[in-house]
Amino acid sequence: MIPPAFEYVQAKTIPEAIAMLQQHGDDAKILSGGQSLVPMMKLRIARPAWLIDINRVSGLDYIKEEGGFLKIGGLVREAELEHSELIRSKYPLIHDTASVIADPQVRNMATVAGNLAHGDPANDHPATMIALSAQIIATGPKGERVIAIEDFFQSLFTTALGHDEILTEIRIPIPPPRSAGAYLKLERKVGDFATAAVAVQLTLDAKGACQKIGIGLTNAGPTPIKARKAEDFLRGKGLNEANIRQTAQFASEEASPGSDLRGPVEYKKGLAKELAARALSRSRERAGK
Amino acid sequence: MARKQTVHLKINGRDREAHVEPRLLLVHFIRETLGLTGTHVGCDTSHCGACTVVLNGKSVKSCTLFAVQVDGGEILTVEGLIKDGQLHPLQEGFKEEHGLQCGFCTPGMLMSSYALLSRNPHPSEEDIRWGISGNLCRCTGYQNIVKAVQYAAGKSAQTTARPVEQGVAK
Repeated sequence: MIPPAFEYVQAKTIPEAIAMLQQHGDDAKILSGGQSLVPMMKLRIARPAWLIDINRVSGLDYIKEEGGFLKIGGLVREAELEHSELIRSKYPLIHDTASVIADPQVRNMATVAGNLAHGDPANDHPATMIALSAQIIATGPKGERVIAIEDFFQSLFTTALGHDEILTEIRIPIPPPRSAGAYLKLERKVGDFATAAVAVQLTLDAKGACQKIGIGLTNAGPTPIKARKAEDFLRGKGLNEANIRQTAQFASEEASPGSDLRGPVEYKKGLAKELAARALSRSRERAGK
Repeated sequence: MARKQTVHLKINGRDREAHVEPRLLLVHFIRETLGLTGTHVGCDTSHCGACTVVLNGKSVKSCTLFAVQVDGGEILTVEGLIKDGQLHPLQEGFKEEHGLQCGFCTPGMLMSSYALLSRNPHPSEEDIRWGISGNLCRCTGYQNIVKAVQYAAGKSAQTTARPVEQGVAK
């Protein structure tokens, strides 16, 4: 499959890329990992006239803790998260997520920022970043602005990013002690989108009750879903089996997946419930360690 | 017609250059422009891994990159595995352990395994299965492919362990 013809330019800096976006408007797309964009261009679903490659921009491949946040640069690849000791030891939810995205070759190219900026509710990081209460740093002609993750996903393939803005950093509040998370995903085969997947991040208090809770659902509606009812129910309560089951029930009620080749609605809601319960249990175990 | 661009890269140790349209996919650049047809086009949709090559040390699907993106890069394809007429331990492993039937997926399997062993020279069976999870074999020869990679890992381990053993023997 051959995409339609386009002009290709490499930006060496973010301001340069922004200037190119301003110049070419809606006809331009940013190319980072390209693992969603290139297939869409080959299928001619996406037909940008200009492709602005930001892979040569230096200094955007950091994973670091700074000023109370874990900061992930806009060009960090999924494979770098998968193999980062900091992520593995302290952010198990992100490690779980990065490890089950597509396959090793795709993870070597694909970026976390692209996974979010693409605005596809079937992608995995959106639910995870919702569970982690992440912030999106968008850089545009007037500089940086911070977007709360809850305000980022607006509709299918549409985010709060302006046409002349680039997602340059993801910020995650460093979790307090007794925090952990987990991502559980069911897929038909490696590389398929999730039939259902659930992201959980929680913090326990000294007595083992749930102090903070974030729950995100993948591929369960036109945008990634923050399971607020489930979160509100569990906050302040103990993580016993009955409460875990009830939280999972609420999460499943908040999911509104469509029927497709991956299964009917009832099946997917049932899966969301089971995966939520398992993700909660795993998070509890990890936080207790 | 979009402006053509010059792509210069090192492939299997050789410098090559060509003037190409931006929409030319890396896999077509390798196969048609450079004439290296060992890299295969399988599904053409980023699923099957038959087009896997090693780009700057990492395995990538060459059907999901444009050639212009890799200007200045270094690529290894299946043709670059053989050295001085000697099969690479992975190629030898695929031969010895019957790691191929029809052989269509083999170049991709070899390049994914090569990238895996570069990063993790002593993989467990699970590491190997994880490492080739982006490659499909429709003859379902996975069992023997895993054995082939284990063969290569074992062989490399012997080679690196030998001087130490000799040291101990003395």
